[in-house]
Amino acid sequence: MDQDKRDRDAGSGGNPPGGGWVDGLPQGRRWSGIAWSLLFLLVPVLGTATFVIAPYYDHWLPKDVSAHGRSIDDLFYFILVLTGVIFLATELILFWFMWKYDAAASSKPATYIHGSHALEVVWTIIPAATMLFLAIYQMNTWADIKMRRPRMSPSAEVVARQFEWRIRYPGRDETLGTPDDLFVVNDLHVPIDEDFLIQLKSMDVLHSFFLPNLRMKQDAVPGMKQPVWFKATETGTYDIVCAEVCGWGHYKMKGRVTVESRADFDRWLARIEAEQKATQRGPDEIPMAAAD
Amino acid sequence: MSTVTQPHAPSPATAPHDPHVHGSPRGSMSLSTFLSTYVFSKDHKVIGLQFLFSTLVWFLIGGLLALAVRWQVAWPWSDVPVLGKLFAQQGGQMAPEFYTMLFTMHATVMIFLVIIPILAGAFGNFLIPLMIGADDMAFPTLNMLSYWFMWPAFLFFGGSFFVEGGAAAGGWTSYPPLSTSTVSAPGSGMGQTLWLLGLTMVGVSSMLGSVNYMTTIILMRAPGMTMFRLPMTIWAMFITAILQAFALPVLTAAGFMQLTDRLLGTGFFSPEGNIINNAMSGAGGGQPILWQHLFWFYSHPAVYIMILPAMGMVSDILTTFARKPLFGYRPMVYSIAGIAGLGFIVWGHHMFISGMNPALGITFMVATMMIALPSAVKTFNWLGTIWGGRIHYTTAMLFAISFVSMFIIGGLSGIFMAATPVDIFIHDTYFIVAHFHYVLFAGTAMGVWAGIYYWFPKMFGRTMNEFWGKVHFFLTFTFLNGTFFTMHILGAVGFPRRLADAYHYETFHHLQPLNAFMTWCAIGMVASQIVFAINFFWSMFRGPVAGRNPWNANTLEWTAPSPPGHGNFDFQPVVYRGPYEYSVPGCEKDYLMQTDPPHPAEAAAAAAAHA
Repeated sequence: MDQDKRDRDAGSGGNPPGGGWVDGLPQGRRWSGIAWSLLFLLVPVLGTATFVIAPYYDHWLPKDVSAHGRSIDDLFYFILVLTGVIFLATELILFWFMWKYDAAASSKPATYIHGSHALEVVWTIIPAATMLFLAIYQMNTWADIKMRRPRMSPSAEVVARQFEWRIRYPGRDETLGTPDDLFVVNDLHVPIDEDFLIQLKSMDVLHSFFLPNLRMKQDAVPGMKQPVWFKATETGTYDIVCAEVCGWGHYKMKGRVTVESRADFDRWLARIEAEQKATQRGPDEIPMAAAD
Repeated sequence: MSTVTQPHAPSPATAPHDPHVHGSPRGSMSLSTFLSTYVFSKDHKVIGLQFLFSTLVWFLIGGLLALAVRWQVAWPWSDVPVLGKLFAQQGGQMAPEFYTMLFTMHATVMIFLVIIPILAGAFGNFLIPLMIGADDMAFPTLNMLSYWFMWPAFLFFGGSFFVEGGAAAGGWTSYPPLSTSTVSAPGSGMGQTLWLLGLTMVGVSSMLGSVNYMTTIILMRAPGMTMFRLPMTIWAMFITAILQAFALPVLTAAGFMQLTDRLLGTGFFSPEGNIINNAMSGAGGGQPILWQHLFWFYSHPAVYIMILPAMGMVSDILTTFARKPLFGYRPMVYSIAGIAGLGFIVWGHHMFISGMNPALGITFMVATMMIALPSAVKTFNWLGTIWGGRIHYTTAMLFAISFVSMFIIGGLSGIFMAATPVDIFIHDTYFIVAHFHYVLFAGTAMGVWAGIYYWFPKMFGRTMNEFWGKVHFFLTFTFLNGTFFTMHILGAVGFPRRLADAYHYETFHHLQPLNAFMTWCAIGMVASQIVFAINFFWSMFRGPVAGRNPWNANTLEWTAPSPPGHGNFDFQPVVYRGPYEYSVPGCEKDYLMQTDPPHPAEAAAAAAAHA
């Protein structure tokens, strides 16, 4: 009985008579409604500011030095603008509703409405059309980067291993798996402005061959040969990062890719060949994944 | 006990209470009564609270693991405060293998021991019978077991830190061969086996829960409670339970396959001729990518298991504190169903660059783009719900609004990853880390806090302190954005996740100050939870006594006493209307509970609305 009396007294009590629309909930102050709306206004303001300022401090997409990277970056910017507009619009509407419909701001009752069929249709069809457009728009880019492989034999083989990248060039016969193959570790060289096709393998666990500046990433899967291709457009030396966790040394599985002119590339290959002959190193002395 | 047997109409709250609970004085309680009432209880409310307390403890552990991860990312190889004594052999530094364990177990704890059980286990258990007007779950014993099957999981996951080699270190995704080969990493020994066993136990618990929720919601609704009068919370729990029931068996099977790969050498996921640590490994003949398909076939729907219930709770809280009917009830239900349906055919978007056929990637990309649609519909309807309302800025409402605000960010950032060409660059970078923390922390966890502040009076009969609740909200909201929004920027640079030290790369060496800022924010975010913890426990015993319906809300749980006794309702609720009849014109109060008898103003308002 006590419980019941307490229930009646403490909650769901009748509304005090008179004066505007009373809903029996604790009445907030107007300034607190304003303060909370402004806090939520900071989300679109600071969110947009972050994305505007970051590029000026070099906290942005690393320099693109690939032929296909432009299409990835363009798509990134397109989605950024598209989502940015939706983000700003929805967050600003949220702020405005919070500001305007604060219970402390008026004594008007809430609008009694269960929805709007017309609005539902509009905000179903517009996003659907947008997403479908986005889906179709990007298909060709993906096909170019990952499906339309250049018709050539592999320019090099990269074998991932805990925690290094073992690189093999086909040598003078342009065929991998022959005695004149050239071996280097963590030091990939590619000629500029030429299609370069890598045969990517792993000899132990999953790794991911990530070239940030060349806008390329592909998991290396043991038991599979993955084709990876790109065309580098600017000379320089860039990072090779492992992007799939591969064990305790994952963080230090670092390589470098050097983009250079055809002449420099050939000179470098010749030097590797000379060094390899001089030290009598051969495939037998370097444990590689099972020859294929 | 478990079926509705009292069809009489609602009467004043004078029906006799169940004598065997309320009649027994505390002092004379025997040990067996104590055990069956508070420990091995079959009462859905006690089980719900058991889930709540357990998951909150794990939430704290998961948060501290996250801080340790953040420490290493911000200041690699520097002495770790407090924990440093544990690493005496490394001079107080964190070893890289320990770092891999930290991020693996942070994700494992947060996903399997916090988010999934706090939504389905704690809120699902507590709310489903109360909100549909049932006196308990359909299968109280299964319900009890679903909680106690969590304990082996707690012991397996928690204990794995103390076995030789330490806890699992292959990431929460546990990709083979790193996870199947016992020589591939220090944590891939006993720790990984315990991880798989723990995962199986969580699966058993979820499955028991999901069967129970589905049966209860289908069979035990109060008279008049049609499916389209259910509150959104219950719709979300219902569809979540269906997702669990259909997706979980795949993960359980895959987990056993990985276990036999490890213990019996079956080689489901091990390719031929693999050499790990200079040793031949496994029987071969398997395929590592097969695991990824099986794992994500569960774990992608699991992403929705981790957000849909929060969406449901937020929908209910928004209507209560906007004093307005939910905008577009049926579209909201259909969009939950749409998310769940599409959720089964998008798993491949985790695998665009995994070596899966790139043509298949296009199929998954289109399905993924389409799943943005129901999420957008939900967001617009939430905005529609507060439009024209009378918003009361309670703590629960602030958390609910922040859910909407943050889910917009998490939803939009997903589009970047869904675009296959962009994913080539941002896959496995901090962009994805930003995305899922916006969905799961800034979304689900904020929804969970909204739910705790909102239903706390029903759980403990007292309300939480509003002032300190708002302090908690303000600090959490500010620090979470400081921590997670900046991750988008890291992702744009290509900063990879799961690296113990990325600053030796030329591309990333200038990102340390930003990471240090994020770590300070993360420390602030965890520290703010002290406010919550004190408020929670203080209010439980000292908070102002709440009545049955402190928020003047409509749904059935607010007709029961706070806290409800055994059997929940002191009279059989009969439902006359949907859950969101707020501010009906011409009505003397601004809410019409689902049990209130038909009101003349209602018919007039309905006629006017359809005119």
